[in-house]
Amino acid sequence: MSPKRGSVFLARRAYFQRRAMDAARLLPVLGAGIFVLPLLWKSGDGARTVMVMFYIFLCWTALIGLGWIVSRRLSGPDADVNRDPAGDANEQVHVSREG
Amino acid sequence: MGALNVIVLVSLVYVAMLFCVAFAADRAAARGRGTWLRSPIVYTLSLSIYCTAWTFYGAVGFAARSGLEYLTIYLGPTLVMVGWWWTLRKMVRVGRSQRITSIADLISSRFGKSNALAVFVTVLAVIASTPYIALQLQSVTISFAAFAAVDPTHTGEISETGVALWVAIGLMVFTILFGTRNLDANERHHGLVMAIALEAVVKLCALLAVGIFVVWGLAGGVEQTLARIDQSAIARWEVPGSRWVGLTLLSAAAFMCLPRMFQVMVVENEEEGHLRTASWAFPTYVMLMSLFVVPIAAVGLDLSPAGANPDLFVLTLPLENGQEGLAVLSFLGGFSSATSMVIVAAIALSTMVSNHVVMPVWLHMTGGSAVVSGDVRAVAIRARRLSIMVILFLGYLYFRVSGGGAALAAIGLISFVGVAQFLPALLGGLFWRGANRRGALAGLAVGFAVWMYSLFLPSFGASAVMPQGVLENGLLGLAWLRPQALFGAAGMDPVVHAFMWSLSLNIVVFVFVSLISFPQPVERLQGAQFVNVFDHSAPSGGWTGGLVQSEDLMIMAQRIMGAQEAQALFGEVAREQGMSGYLPEPTPDFLSRLERSLAGSVGAATAHAMISQIVGGASVSVQDLMAVADETAQIMEYSSQLEMKTEEQARTARQLRQVNEKLTQISVQKDAFLSQISHELRTPMTSIRAFSEILRDGGEMPPEGQRRYASIIHDEAIRLTRLLDDLLDLSVLENAQIVLNLEEGNLGALLDRAETAAGLSDNSMTVGRDAGADQVRLYTDTNRLAQVFINLMSNARKYCDADAPRLDIRVAERDGMLLVDFIDNGSGIPAGQQGTIFEKFSRVSENKAGGAGLGLAICREIMARLGGGVEYLPGQTGGAFRVYLPVAEAGAAEAAQ
Repeated sequence: MSPKRGSVFLARRAYFQRRAMDAARLLPVLGAGIFVLPLLWKSGDGARTVMVMFYIFLCWTALIGLGWIVSRRLSGPDADVNRDPAGDANEQVHVSREG
Repeated sequence: MGALNVIVLVSLVYVAMLFCVAFAADRAAARGRGTWLRSPIVYTLSLSIYCTAWTFYGAVGFAARSGLEYLTIYLGPTLVMVGWWWTLRKMVRVGRSQRITSIADLISSRFGKSNALAVFVTVLAVIASTPYIALQLQSVTISFAAFAAVDPTHTGEISETGVALWVAIGLMVFTILFGTRNLDANERHHGLVMAIALEAVVKLCALLAVGIFVVWGLAGGVEQTLARIDQSAIARWEVPGSRWVGLTLLSAAAFMCLPRMFQVMVVENEEEGHLRTASWAFPTYVMLMSLFVVPIAAVGLDLSPAGANPDLFVLTLPLENGQEGLAVLSFLGGFSSATSMVIVAAIALSTMVSNHVVMPVWLHMTGGSAVVSGDVRAVAIRARRLSIMVILFLGYLYFRVSGGGAALAAIGLISFVGVAQFLPALLGGLFWRGANRRGALAGLAVGFAVWMYSLFLPSFGASAVMPQGVLENGLLGLAWLRPQALFGAAGMDPVVHAFMWSLSLNIVVFVFVSLISFPQPVERLQGAQFVNVFDHSAPSGGWTGGLVQSEDLMIMAQRIMGAQEAQALFGEVAREQGMSGYLPEPTPDFLSRLERSLAGSVGAATAHAMISQIVGGASVSVQDLMAVADETAQIMEYSSQLEMKTEEQARTARQLRQVNEKLTQISVQKDAFLSQISHELRTPMTSIRAFSEILRDGGEMPPEGQRRYASIIHDEAIRLTRLLDDLLDLSVLENAQIVLNLEEGNLGALLDRAETAAGLSDNSMTVGRDAGADQVRLYTDTNRLAQVFINLMSNARKYCDADAPRLDIRVAERDGMLLVDFIDNGSGIPAGQQGTIFEKFSRVSENKAGGAGLGLAICREIMARLGGGVEYLPGQTGGAFRVYLPVAEAGAAEAAQ
């Protein structure tokens, strides 16, 4: 693999971007869990449409809010840091060699 | 004026407004202005074509029938959008870097640009989408009918088919006008996207307005609304788990696979960053769209007469409660949903049909002779327009044939299951390099067949297409092949059942066939490009105007051409364009000129790939890569030639250095020689002058003294003459001016002659010879050879310091050389001087009387002329010299005889 992957400690900013990526990956899993949860509720006395509706719309809003936070964290010029940087480096070497 | 007329008028005005918006946006985009066209909000709103008339009207109907279950249709896409980092990001990146034009294009590109796969996906997409288009036509028709029903001025039935026909024609015109304006390589339609974004706003506002009216206007507040919901038929949370999970997965799958969604999400995507905004903005949009659905359904169920179509509550509730304005807005919302969906679906499908079906057929029929680019462009646009007409006609036809009877949502879900069959090939292609074309084709075929058998054909109703017997007892009477209870899975919801079986079998077959078959090279290459897209492609550039691109081009050009040349070129073009500075507009002329300039440095294919990477945001295709590889090979060959030349030059330089050193040495030798020779000449001359002066001025001198002095002068003169003779001889030999007098001879006789001449016959030295070995024929310059022998023998006589001097002469033959060794029993020559004894004026010791030190030098030169040599032979009993000359000369003598 690229030797540049070797760096273990990242700058604070890059570190938080990595964690934002982790969050972006986990968010749909969380969402799926939240939306499946009402199936566990007993129908009849326990769960009524109104309750489930409130639950789902609240969770939905929360999910959107989390998504908004994550997407803001992911913004920035180098949001794509998990891209293998060797590709660019190779290309530059290639160009300068021929040029 | 009646409500119906109002609605017709409003529709026409609305459509005219859409025309204007689309036209203005297209113009702004063409002029490179209007960054507002490229905002993430527009992108998000364009995604809302997911919400068709089915969701606008149908969601309320869905909720009225099955409670909260309708939410699954929105939750699936929400999860996909929230999880954009997993899939959509990759899809968009691949779509941009590979210049993908449709989902069929994506799948076929991934699997080795297989046209069979593209055709298959196209056909499947058309089959799955046609009912959906019919559904939109139906929704517009029944909403017209709803207005007609409450219009007192209108008498009689309105013609449903007539309305549908007019709507279809209107949509056809709009789609052709704005969907096929240009054959842009990136397939972006700015005007269309803008119109769709506007329609998205209209439908959201309409639904929210109706919802607010229902909650606060009709029900009297939030609490009363909740109470009504609690008392309605849908008060209980009774959604089956399989349907809840199954439909959520289904809508998520369809969201990614629907051709129209792919069109707006990937093809019309301006910038990858828009996806980041859409990841939370689109869920917000659908959440708002679904917010008032249950209240509207509950209140509608409560207020409407029994038997009223719940699919039309959104329209009928305001209409029946005297809110005509709101009803018109609601109608426009539904109208927007239907039209935007039909337009985008028609564009997406027509792109697929024309690119993968019509164009290949046309090119095949014309024998692929379409070399003129304009020719193909015209054909492609005509094919696109024709495809739009055919698709809309098919939709209309389906509407006519089906009679528009089925519940709206049912057709929608059936269509979803159909397009969801693309999912294994799509995701497998994006994430699994082992996925291949055969696997994708087999999986799609199986999934498609199962969908047709278990869902699509039965949906036409019993005995319509599928015989009743098959439906009840299974194909060929096999119970486990019952269409809606495959493999004994009875009692499931038909949609979930079909979704589960078709997708499971699709995945199993796809994976299995991929595992056992071997892909073609292009497939493997494309597979690597798709799966590792983030390693190869740069994130998409700004697209925010010409100057940024020009700057990027400048940076690249400077790197390749050198800063000054690049600046000169850019500056010149900028001046030609009437601009100051160094950043011209990236016009096609300028780009091709730059490409040519760059091609001079890096090759045409590489230059093209580089520029298109910056300007087109597209990465290299397989052909580009192959061309680049060819060029690289050429460059490597050229550089290896250069390397060879460099080596040759280095060799020559080394040789020159050696020659130079030799010349320097020779010059030093020459100086030494001159000083030596002047010394050698000076010594006899000095004594001659001294003694001749004595004789001249002597006066009285006894005659014997005079004779003695005269003989000294004579001896010195002879010595001088001999020295000059030797020098002359050496000079002649060294300059190769010697003429060899080749003749036949006998070695023994030659040695006898030399022995006598060297003065060895006076028994001052014992000579050991093997008389038998001496008898060797020679064909050489015998006089010269004798000279060498004499020199060596007289040397031995002079310098051998043994008490009983002895000279052994041994003759041998080895490797085609005749060897004659002269070995005495003296002390020999010291090791340090062995290397220099053959040089001119080198003498072993100064105190011994002797010549000028030219003898051995002359020997060496003579032997070299005779094709042999003379060398000192160390490690013998005393001083030893070996003379060797080729035997071949002797053989030649025999031949000459």
